[in-house]
Amino acid sequence: MKNSKIIYASILSLIFFMGCSNDDNPTPVNQEEVITTLRVALVPETGGNSVIFQQQDLDGDGPNSPVITVSGDLMANTAYTGSITVLNELSSPTEDISEEIQAEDEDHQFFFSFANTSGSSVTYSDSDSNGNPVGLSFVMTTAEAGSETLTIVLRHQPNKSAEGVPEGNITNAGGDTDVQGSFTFNVLN
Amino acid sequence: MKYILLGVALSFMGFGNAQDCSYNFRGQLTDFHDGTAIVGAAIYNRKSDTYITSDLNGTFTLQNLCAGEISLEISHIACDSKTVTYQLKGDMAETIYMEHHIEELKEVSVTGHTARKETQTAQETLLKAETLKKYSALNLGDALKEVSGVSSINTGNTVVKPMINGLHSSRLLILNNNVRLQDQEWGIEHAPNVDINSADQISVIKGSGALAYGGDAIGGVVVMNPSRMVLKDSLYGKITVGAQTNGRGYNAAALINKSFVTGWFASAQGSYKRNGDFEAPEYSLTNTGLESSNFSFRAGKKTFGSGFEVYYSYVHNTIGILRASHIGNIADVVTAINTQEPIVIDPFSYDINAPKQNVTHQLIKGSYFKRLKNFGKLSFQYDYQKNERFEYDLRVGEDRNKAALDLNLQTHSITADVLMDAKTDLKFNFGILGRYQNNFANPDTGVRRLIPDYDKYELGTYFTTEYKLNEALTLDAGVRYDFNRIDAKKFYQTSRWEERGYDQDFPQFVIDDLDTQLLTNPVFDYHTVSASAGAKYVLNDKSYLLGNYSLSSRPPNPSELFSDGLHHSAARIELGDIRLKPETSNRVAATYNYDNSKLSVLVEGFYNHIQDFMYLQPTGVEQTIRGAFPVWEYNKTNAALFGIDLSASYQFNAHWQLKDQTAYIKGDDLDNNQDLIDIPAFNTVNELLFALPTWHHFSASLKSEWVLKQNRYPENDIQVFLAATNENVLLDLSSPPPAYHLLHFYTDMDFKISDKNQLNIALNVNNLLNTNYRSYLNRLRYFADDLGRNVALQLQLNF
Repeated sequence: MKNSKIIYASILSLIFFMGCSNDDNPTPVNQEEVITTLRVALVPETGGNSVIFQQQDLDGDGPNSPVITVSGDLMANTAYTGSITVLNELSSPTEDISEEIQAEDEDHQFFFSFANTSGSSVTYSDSDSNGNPVGLSFVMTTAEAGSETLTIVLRHQPNKSAEGVPEGNITNAGGDTDVQGSFTFNVLN
Repeated sequence: MKYILLGVALSFMGFGNAQDCSYNFRGQLTDFHDGTAIVGAAIYNRKSDTYITSDLNGTFTLQNLCAGEISLEISHIACDSKTVTYQLKGDMAETIYMEHHIEELKEVSVTGHTARKETQTAQETLLKAETLKKYSALNLGDALKEVSGVSSINTGNTVVKPMINGLHSSRLLILNNNVRLQDQEWGIEHAPNVDINSADQISVIKGSGALAYGGDAIGGVVVMNPSRMVLKDSLYGKITVGAQTNGRGYNAAALINKSFVTGWFASAQGSYKRNGDFEAPEYSLTNTGLESSNFSFRAGKKTFGSGFEVYYSYVHNTIGILRASHIGNIADVVTAINTQEPIVIDPFSYDINAPKQNVTHQLIKGSYFKRLKNFGKLSFQYDYQKNERFEYDLRVGEDRNKAALDLNLQTHSITADVLMDAKTDLKFNFGILGRYQNNFANPDTGVRRLIPDYDKYELGTYFTTEYKLNEALTLDAGVRYDFNRIDAKKFYQTSRWEERGYDQDFPQFVIDDLDTQLLTNPVFDYHTVSASAGAKYVLNDKSYLLGNYSLSSRPPNPSELFSDGLHHSAARIELGDIRLKPETSNRVAATYNYDNSKLSVLVEGFYNHIQDFMYLQPTGVEQTIRGAFPVWEYNKTNAALFGIDLSASYQFNAHWQLKDQTAYIKGDDLDNNQDLIDIPAFNTVNELLFALPTWHHFSASLKSEWVLKQNRYPENDIQVFLAATNENVLLDLSSPPPAYHLLHFYTDMDFKISDKNQLNIALNVNNLLNTNYRSYLNRLRYFADDLGRNVALQLQLNF
């Protein structure tokens, strides 16, 4: 009978579907534009030991917390030439994201803030084509001795013309946070 | 329903002068299904221009007929007219099968818009073309809110997911022309990929009473059907054009149907809509534009005894997601919530930039049915669906225009269904379904896969029965078994695999170790059973009662099992759990319906207990290089939902009518003794309608929509460190927005252009008072107000 043929064909095709499983393994994703590492190099303008702040998170949004290292203490009342490097160490070879930030500097800005009142401050020493700061290069000046925490935030597509933003105040900046790191260090006399 | 006795020409061929006009013709009229006699049918003999009727045995006799061709047209109420022709050479006796069956009116109808329910005892509401036409420029989720107890969970105003009695996404089953939609429906930001313009009728079934469609419809079933074909030569269709102020949107839709008396039919339908940035009362909602192109085609042959249909549908949507809702970390949410306006407000634009979704859904279906005498109907169907979903995020550098999510979901299904309806009072329906699904997550995105590659196999079988005990009482019952196998290939970060403890419980799944990542091959089998039983009791000609119990069971979806990573628009890390087991719902429901010429009342109540209810729960905070993110894990609990839905209307006189639609629902997390998240607040919609049918069918209505503040919600607030001020603040993500009240106005008129052509002009003003409000069930409520006033004008030409 015609109908039994159809049923039979249906069952056959079902078995076919069941059997055609794909045994190829998927390829791993080469993670792009992931930021794993924020590295801040501070070189005293008066000479002396450089200090490196680093935040590294090799599992991205995985469960492991970023590893924060501060290579040494800072000297009081000293100006440091600061430079920021942003890396993707998951890609091979390591990808330098700071180059992308440099290329799209109008869409990026670093913000610096201090938790305590040691009097340390940061001034930008670079600018984008509109004359607004970027923050890949800056000067950090320490004041009194004590313990201090510096928080660095990289914002993507901030409103660089908003009030206070060119001066480094994040309050009106908007945009999305790409990197946020806090470094606690000692300022010694 | 009226069945018109059609007059069909008869022809008679005489044989010259040598006519012998002494023959008798004896006919026996018999029901095709159960062989019973058809009494009181009219038999028209054109040659003699005479009528006779069939007697109590279904027989009739024509006497003194001449030799040659005899042509009889037989008609009966609730039957399709039938013309039979015989060559008469002597006395004849013939049995003539008539398509006399109330059930068959579903299939072959003389009008295009016969209401048809899918179920007998379930809480089902039909939305017909007259209602759906108001939503031509909107979404399925908007239209379904016409049903009391149905709300929607939104991402902005263009991603609208229907929610039935507090449940949505994988807990709802959506059927488009009898094909179960497979379109990554697990995602709360994934709107159903259907074009509302393709539906002529939509059934909303609360709960899982419709077992033939699936056993996992814990929330309910939505059945969208295109217009039914008429078994006559006809050409009809409609053209709709509209424009609206909010979003400066415009839309057009066209539908054309062609049918033949032989049963052949073809139908084509297309629609296009475009919106720019929508507007809240006080600002523009930047990047909320929409572009939607849809097309469908179907053709086939459908007669009483058999038929087939092929169907193709194409749905393509590009949807902008509010720019201000894209956030880098949880501290950005604090900023977004504290600044009452969205962080990014640009001038109006039609441009759709990232973040955005770009989704294409294609569906191909072939179906065949055959009706057998004294038995019922056999149906077969094959369908194939291909869903391609791209989601674009804000990215930098070379990746700027690259999708962050690229999923390709393909589904093949075959079904065989048997309906035994030879006896009107006792029917059986059983069938089998096989389904194969493949999901491919493209690694070229450069972003870790949100959902892994997987193969899914499904086998289901069901049996339902319907018994009409007497005129007052109808009983139905059914049972279904489903087997599901999911065979996935997923990369886990080694750190995550270990943190979840999977290295202890599932070491056998690991098939490759790539140092920081593991390739795993989880395979899970799920066996689920669902059942339903219900009764409809007709109290009198004005009222009836429905009672229904349903057991349904849903295996975890890919998101509940495998989610693993940062969800940008929610600024949270979402983690699935491969230990999850199917959830099981026990739902009892009761309905009272009263109708007289003035007053109609429908009260629907339900209690739904869900064991091992899967839900997202905040469990802590994880630090990443972007800052802190709350972690939400899929977890299980025992949940209970209870609700009452009321629909009522009162007709004061020929012109004035008042309508009410009110819903109350309460959701409890029984294990943790707290409220369930995302449960709609008490809401009541009241509408005053004025109609002047004699003047171009003029009607106008003023609708009041009042939504209370949801006071029952779980506290999921978290502490967030703010770099700007170097302090920790409490981020209140839980508190629902305040109550709101909106007014809407609608008016329409019909203009007869010719005998067949009618133009309908409708003016719709939404949020008449331009009220500022935010809805608890809109996931973008943290970032921006909902839509302001919208004035829409629509012209619909029926031909």
